[in-house]
Order: sequence, then C-alpha cells, then structure tokens
Amino acid sequence: MSDIEARVREIVVEQLGVNADEVTADASFIDDLGADSLDTVELVMALEEAFECEIPDEEAEKITTVKEAVAYINSVQS
Amino acid sequence: MTLQGKIALVTGATRGIGKAIALSLGEQGATVIGTATSEGGANTISEFLQAAGITGKGVVLNVTDAEAIESVVSAIEAEFGAPDILVNNAGITRDNLLMRMKDEEWDDIVNTNLTPIYRLSKRCLRAMTKARWGRIISITSVVGVMGNAGQTNYAAAKAGVIGFSKSLAREVGARGITVNAVAPGFIDTDMTSGLPEAHKTALLEQVPAKRLGEPEEIAAAVTFLASPAAGYITGETLNVNGGMYMS
Repeated sequence: MSDIEARVREIVVEQLGVNADEVTADASFIDDLGADSLDTVELVMALEEAFECEIPDEEAEKITTVKEAVAYINSVQS
Repeated sequence: MTLQGKIALVTGATRGIGKAIALSLGEQGATVIGTATSEGGANTISEFLQAAGITGKGVVLNVTDAEAIESVVSAIEAEFGAPDILVNNAGITRDNLLMRMKDEEWDDIVNTNLTPIYRLSKRCLRAMTKARWGRIISITSVVGVMGNAGQTNYAAAKAGVIGFSKSLAREVGARGITVNAVAPGFIDTDMTSGLPEAHKTALLEQVPAKRLGEPEEIAAAVTFLASPAAGYITGETLNVNGGMYMS
C-alpha cells in the first residue's frame, strides 16, 4: 500500500467513523460506508487539506471510493 | 458567561440592532468582530467594544463584495480564529410601491439583505463543521412573514432569509450547527426613525405592547440562540415584535 493510500484510508476512517477493515480500496463511501452527501463534502475537504491541493467540484463528484481518491491525488501530485 | 472562548462575527454592527448584538454577545464572553461599511464605522465598533471591556474589533466589510467577504473572514481567522457564531444583521431598505419600483431598488435589497447571507454562511461553515459546533443567526423581519405595502423587495429578501435558514438547518443539523432567524417587529433604530409620525402611530395601533422595541430586546433573543442552551433549536424564526404578529 502506498503512503498516499494509507493516508487516504486513515482520513476515511476518521471522517466517516468506520472501522479500518471496512475501508477496502473499492468500498463506496456512500453505499458501503454509510456516508451521506455532507459527509462526502467534508471528506473531500479533509483530503484537500491533507494533500494540500484543491479538488474542483466536478472532480470531487467522481471520487466515491478510496481507489478513486488515491488515483486522483496521484494524478495531481505527479 | 455562556460564550467564553467563542468567536462571533456580527455584520452591520455600527449602530442599532447590530451594535446591541455585538455588545450582548461580548458581555457573555465572546470575542466579537463587528463589520461596518466605512473606516469610521469600524473605529466606532472598536471603541465601544473596548469601552465595554470586550475582546475584538470593528472591520470594514461591504457585504455585497464577494472578494471582500473572503479576505475579511480569512483575516479574522488569522487574527482571532474562525467564527463560531455568525450573525447576519447588515441590512438596508429601499421602500417603494411595486408599480414604481426601480430595478436598482430591487437589486440593492437582494444584493445586501439576502445574497451576503449565502456567501458568509458558506464561508464560515467549513470551520463550523470541523468544530462540530456553530451558530448562524440571521436577522429577518416581521415584514418577511406578514408583508408590508411599499416593501415588496425587503419582504421578499427577508422571507428568503427564513427559507434559507430552514434549508441550511436541515443540511448541517447533524454537525452541531444550528441555523435560526430572529424577526424583529418595529424597533427603535435609525431604520424606523425615518418613518413619518402618522405612520408610526398607525403601526403602534397594531402592536399589543403599544411601544417600539429596543435593540437590546433583539440582542437578547440572538444571544439566547447563540448560547449552548439553545442547541436543540434550529430552523426556527423567533418573532420579537411586541405581539404585532403571532405565528
């Protein structure tokens, strides 16, 4: 697991108040981890802060799993 | 002192209701930042806060300027910390019969009395959701619930504030943030002192209390809604009007 993925998982656990073992790469924040729409907004805000980037709304909407979050962060950091 | 350690941002705090709110929140221990449209107004706020032994200051903010909102709130965050309590008080009137109303009169009211509530609330929410605590209190008006001839623009904006508050209350309720409105009746301020005497007498006929309200009586309602004790009240409009309108 990359450092980025580990950090993303940590943030998801913290923001959504779920157990670390539930946070698989493909788990959907909303369908599998019980997030509501405001949770996902807060999650994106937390990712922005942690990775010091700005995630535009149209990109944020596409981030629904850990895998997608990691892919997005990799794409802006590389 | 129920608001010790809290940061309060009050728009339009130079005089009238806004000034009374700034002082009342400060008396409960909050750090108060009051906004004014001019440098002179900001100094006035700083002076009366200091005279009352309240931490905080006056700042210049034109609430119709989106960029100014961003920079002023950022400056407050840097100097004092993020606002825990936002009081949207700044407001103006541009009265006219609808058939005579100019586009500028309509636009001025919406741009000053409604749109800044959206902008400031949005700007302050990020920190409030993080803190899992926040208070957004907007000053609406009895006119927004009753209507008033000559104030279609003002009433529309003030009713808009109520709908906005109810919707936002639903969005952020689970984050420990309450969103409420306070609807003053006729209060003894510069806004009402301009009314013709005959008009005032006629108005008081409709007020069971038979007097104008005092700014401090609005401030008391706002301070209550800001307090931890009011944590289960959200999406509500508190009418403070001497019985003029009962919902």
